[in-house]
Amino acid sequence: MAKITFDGIEVEVEDGTTILQAARKIGGKVVPPAMCFYTPLKGSGGKCRVCLVKVSQGSAKDPRPMPKLVASCITPVQDGMVVENTTNEDVLNARKSIVEMLLINHPLDCPICDQAGECNLQDLSYEHGVSAQRFEEERRTFNKVDLGPYIQLHMTRCILCYRCVYTADQITDKRVHGVLGRGDAAEIGTYIENVIDNDFSGNVIDVCPVGALTDKTWRFKNRVWFTKPLDAHRDCPTCSGKVTLWNRGDQVLRVTARKDEYSEVEEFICNTCRFDKKEMSDWTIEGPRKIERASVISANHYELPVVNVPIIPNLPKSAKKDLPNAPEQWNP
Amino acid sequence: MGLKILTEHINVPGIETLEVYRKHGGYKSVEKAVKTMTPEEVVEEVKTSGLRGRGGAGFPTGLKWSFLAKPEGVPRYLVCNADESEPGTFKDRWFMEHNPHALIEGMITSSYALGANTSYIYIRGELMFILRILEKAIAEAYAAGLLGKNILGSGYDLDLHVAPGGGAYICGEETALLESLEGKRGNPRNKPPFPAVKGLFACPTVVNNVETIASVPWIVNNTGAEYAKVGIGRSTGTKLISASGNINNPGVYEIELGVPVEEFIYSDQYCGGIWKGKSLKAVVPGGSSVPILPANLILKTVAGEDRLMTYESLADGGFVSGSMMGSGAFIVFDEDQCIVRNTWNYARFYHHESCGQCSPCREGTGWMEKVLHRIEYGHGHQRDIDLLVSVAKQIEGNTICPLGDAAAWPVAAAIRHFRDEFEWHIKHPQEATTPGAVYRGQLNSVTA
Amino acid sequence: MAETKNEVKFSDAAMADIQRYISHYPEDRQKSAILPILHIAQAESGGWVSPEVMDKVAEILNIQPIEVYEVATFYTMFNLKPVGKHVLEVCRTGPCCLRGADQLIDTLKQKLGVEEGGTSADGMFTLKPVECLASCGTGPMLQVREKFYENIENEEQVDAFLEMLRQSEVETPYHVAAYNKNSGK
Repeated sequence: MAKITFDGIEVEVEDGTTILQAARKIGGKVVPPAMCFYTPLKGSGGKCRVCLVKVSQGSAKDPRPMPKLVASCITPVQDGMVVENTTNEDVLNARKSIVEMLLINHPLDCPICDQAGECNLQDLSYEHGVSAQRFEEERRTFNKVDLGPYIQLHMTRCILCYRCVYTADQITDKRVHGVLGRGDAAEIGTYIENVIDNDFSGNVIDVCPVGALTDKTWRFKNRVWFTKPLDAHRDCPTCSGKVTLWNRGDQVLRVTARKDEYSEVEEFICNTCRFDKKEMSDWTIEGPRKIERASVISANHYELPVVNVPIIPNLPKSAKKDLPNAPEQWNP
Repeated sequence: MGLKILTEHINVPGIETLEVYRKHGGYKSVEKAVKTMTPEEVVEEVKTSGLRGRGGAGFPTGLKWSFLAKPEGVPRYLVCNADESEPGTFKDRWFMEHNPHALIEGMITSSYALGANTSYIYIRGELMFILRILEKAIAEAYAAGLLGKNILGSGYDLDLHVAPGGGAYICGEETALLESLEGKRGNPRNKPPFPAVKGLFACPTVVNNVETIASVPWIVNNTGAEYAKVGIGRSTGTKLISASGNINNPGVYEIELGVPVEEFIYSDQYCGGIWKGKSLKAVVPGGSSVPILPANLILKTVAGEDRLMTYESLADGGFVSGSMMGSGAFIVFDEDQCIVRNTWNYARFYHHESCGQCSPCREGTGWMEKVLHRIEYGHGHQRDIDLLVSVAKQIEGNTICPLGDAAAWPVAAAIRHFRDEFEWHIKHPQEATTPGAVYRGQLNSVTA
Repeated sequence: MAETKNEVKFSDAAMADIQRYISHYPEDRQKSAILPILHIAQAESGGWVSPEVMDKVAEILNIQPIEVYEVATFYTMFNLKPVGKHVLEVCRTGPCCLRGADQLIDTLKQKLGVEEGGTSADGMFTLKPVECLASCGTGPMLQVREKFYENIENEEQVDAFLEMLRQSEVETPYHVAAYNKNSGK
């Protein structure tokens, strides 16, 4: 076991745990954001750099600070390590820088993007970005591509996290898409026209942190914050059958894997569950799915998104109905 | 002209053949090492020599070797980095072309020291003709019992192969090189684990530059202590300098570390002065990624001392008024060269060569290039200058590998020392875009 | 996946060289040989690698085609579209520019009637500016296949050089360029 101090909070974790996972054990606001790291995917992480932290003391044995900021998602803890995240100005500034870099070529088309409301990049920008733009050059764009009947790729929005590539590598047997080209011309693609065709291909949609890979059976059907997430299951011969349904009334608009507060899937699901089972009668409903992140989805349905309180002081009465536990300050 | 450790016999006709090479003392270090020394003793000699990595980082080679993990039953690898791609650098290509056996001898002796039984020379794909020279020399070495099973009857086995790259500067970064050698895209790895623990094929690996490895035979033959006597302080031995740009005698020169920069530029033994009778404007002393210095600062430090060709002296003053030895690529600018255009050119290089894996480098290198392109072509704003400084800072130190730093430094340094030239470009777009027009104002002077 | 056999074929000599490169790596690490194989495949296929050629490489290495596409699109030496008989890879990086690389590229553009990356109307030349080729002491310079042409400083030299190439046959040669007389004294 290793004991570390993270933003002044002590936590004890297994040897070999990464700094990020140690921070997640503490939970709450001190946890660094992560755009490319994804616990279920081996080898992921280290690329987006939004989780950079300062190691101000390497370990009890060797207390020297690490010279550069390190990616918390891939750096293992050492006993006696002291890490600064929200308590370090350099870290916060570096994070702002990275968010800016991720956005300079991003289309900022949230109003017409299906991912809006559940987009990790949107959340990241709200929480760590700056509102001003300094990039005056032409943005990089790509054409939309259909990867078979279920998945659409809109590369213009991609942040090259590589999660979808790891997913195809690790849970399907014949990967047909990958990262092509290099530098800022690198793109996700199949090179020749090709269809991602296997029972688990739909999972690339769930792991995508932005609106680059979207579910064609759901595109433009509704805004995610108008839907109600429900946990449900069915007896599936291919996968666990444990999913989240996204409903409007009794209508199942979309099926996804169940994701935790860090948008990581609990279990990958098969394409039959995801794309073909859109009737309530297909499923046994377990109850409402609690969405724990500070996004618009949770704002509309389940709990108070703490960061938004000052922005929406006069919430209309109609919205309050869905917020049974809303604290006093919501009704000024 | 000083001691020649690497190039003493390079002009001997036929030195590229095993026969002539051996006639001039070639492969003595292999004989000495495998027959009379333990691997540890070889490592010790290299440590004593103070030899530092000649690829650019200048890390002590003996120390690097001593970090190599040695778990039981796991192969270890030595990989030679012959991916020479840093703009301004051509010493390794020149050296391998003329004296391939010297590298192969170094590879055998070094592999023995590290306990490697298979070693690779990773050479950039553009140098396919050098690959063929090396393969021919390797075949000769196999035939002479210097490679393969039971080398010179010592019981030590070594296979040596040459592997070509495919056109990617980033593969000069050691972990990208290893990825490429494994047949993958040249994306640098996250560290830790370091190659010394988990390198090629997930086994402990040392990656060394061509010149570094080629220096080992002399050290083994003459002892590390003798090597350490050459040079000044922690800059021991000799160094190959690739001299290019606006000088009379471009080429590769082997110098004893410590030659004054002024002598190196103006002496007929070396660069022979600035061409066409022009005057010196600036120098990039260590390859495109190290900071550019204006004439006054490359010749003298801020304290008024002569700048010397050593790791320490070139770095004197830090990035405020100094630069770096880097790969020893000495790029000289005459008075007619435009710093803005050159900075844009370098920025384009790094943009083109970024692997695209991590966001600050992928996005930032392109951003800097676009802004510099605008300034160079008469569409800049004064605010762009500070923007460039800021973007460079946002990349530096925040990336997976040092390419981010390498892209940021030249931009930051050019603005640090030639800000007035950038301002002039932006203020006078028409003049600045006239072919041949160059800013000739007062150069910035830096005080301590 | 269709079961049709890939019709791309490499010469016996090329296949032997491919097997030699594969033998340089541990048995479960055959993919390591992908770069030398792509070089051979390109030389065997008129100077570029089509998807069919890359699929053949995948078949030889027993890997998925996407793994070859990923690699071939990362490295700049692999031409993904058809090219002229001679690809002129002109260095465009700083040190060569100090000695006139920009002018050399402009001259070639004008003489061949092409933009960067373009192929001349007669299919003879493709102009491909590239980054530093480690020949900075002898710039401006360019590379055609395995050979360096250095110190190309004026129009007459360019004319003579292009004429020489027009007359020459494509070979996969082993050639050593003549180097700088000043080096290494």
